Amino acid sequence: MAMTIDIISWVLLSLGGAFVFIGGLGALRMPNLYSRIHAASLTDTMGAVLIIGGIMLQAGATLATIKLAAILLFLLVTSPTASNALASAAILSGLHPDEGKVEQWTRPK
Amino acid sequence: MYYVVTIATLVTMALALGRALLGPTIYDRLLAANMFGTKTVLLLSVVAFLSGRPDFLDLALVYALINFIGVIAVLEFIRVRAQNAVSETSAGE
Repeated sequence: MAMTIDIISWVLLSLGGAFVFIGGLGALRMPNLYSRIHAASLTDTMGAVLIIGGIMLQAGATLATIKLAAILLFLLVTSPTASNALASAAILSGLHPDEGKVEQWTRPK
Repeated sequence: MYYVVTIATLVTMALALGRALLGPTIYDRLLAANMFGTKTVLLLSVVAFLSGRPDFLDLALVYALINFIGVIAVLEFIRVRAQNAVSETSAGE
């Protein structure tokens, strides 16, 4: 049983690390501000869920699990909020989604 | 296995720093700052279990709160400034 929980938690941690890394790569390499927000925010949420879920399985039924649940809840509420506020502030300031080096990713006319 | 997650998070923080240095607009830098903060929370949680000191979880919780408030405050500042700029140009016309 302990072995099973260990394996599940390692899988969750590895997947979370992969998600986090892919998100960083997307935030660095994507051509457009909005695609960068997309890459960063989605993988932020998924990576946080996977990594903290994996650590919670390792911690077991202790106080640390409750603290981790609080951290996870808070990240789940605040990370999309910050991304939404960022995108809406960018739109309000007149930065339109079509600007930037987006033409190399769209179909030729 | 904690080491793998720690290294992945550290590499991602380096990538976010790269975006913060490269970022053509201020929003890119803010996105990188927000990302860096979230990854710091994850890194603190993992390091707490890597070094066997669950006290670090309190630091992670406080860091999450401070990061969110900081990003929202800067965004509100920029939004108000952008709206003032828009209303000034429309009044000038």
